[in-house]
Amino acid sequence: MSMFSIFNVSGSAVSAQSQRLNTVASNLANVDAVAGPDGKAYKARQVVFQTEKMGAEHTAGVRVSAIKESDVPGRRVHDPSHPSADEQGYVTHSNVNAVEEMVNMISASRSYQNNIEVMNTAKTLLLKTLQMGQ
Amino acid sequence: MLDKMTNRLDFHGSALVLRAERQRTIASNIANADTPGYVGRDINFTQALRAATGSTSGDRLSAQGSTSTSRSTADQRHMAISTTLPSSSNPGKLGYTVQTQPSLDNNTVDLDRERANFVDNTVRYEATLRFINGNAKTMLSAIQGQ
Repeated sequence: MSMFSIFNVSGSAVSAQSQRLNTVASNLANVDAVAGPDGKAYKARQVVFQTEKMGAEHTAGVRVSAIKESDVPGRRVHDPSHPSADEQGYVTHSNVNAVEEMVNMISASRSYQNNIEVMNTAKTLLLKTLQMGQ
Repeated sequence: MLDKMTNRLDFHGSALVLRAERQRTIASNIANADTPGYVGRDINFTQALRAATGSTSGDRLSAQGSTSTSRSTADQRHMAISTTLPSSSNPGKLGYTVQTQPSLDNNTVDLDRERANFVDNTVRYEATLRFINGNAKTMLSAIQGQ
């Protein structure tokens, strides 16, 4: 039954979008962080999507192939009284751009909704197919 | 006699299979709406249905087969070049969607259009289902004669 693979396709997309949403959440949480886990300033993370073949012919799902850290230099703020200020009195914050992350979040949630809708429609159609001839 | 009763069911059956395949293709497009470099695919339903229902009659299938082999090579000693997509059961059925707006990541999926196509295909799938159900009811009442 070829329509069953819609659940695999949309399921993979939903999972990829939720991973994207997770990255956005951790970026937004660290938007004002001064130091990351390694002692340096936090770097924004972005997911990389890749098309994935799903069994049957020309059925394409999605997967997250990599999570990349942004190389943009962090925000530097002059604050000599801050405990982690350097010799010149500058504090390096994370390089997260809050506006970009919000846009990313809206796009991810829209795509998530679209794929859920696709799955619901496929489910309805399959249920109606089951009742064929009754 | 009996094949006259089931002919129409066969037609709607192959239409239903094609609608399911198109549904799957559009679902792939919607799933990959954010993937960089993804190229949207779609099925030309008219051609696909013509190919699917025409292949049930044996003579037309053999005629198509002979013309396609003679066209693919200029000389009989040449190696036949397959014009079909790899691992595709029905050759040339799947096409590419036309890009409406260029995007920087080379993704050609227009999400609004794909959603419209998805809903359209859903309604047509249900219509085909109803045709099949109606045909089955008609035949059953004809058999029972009540």
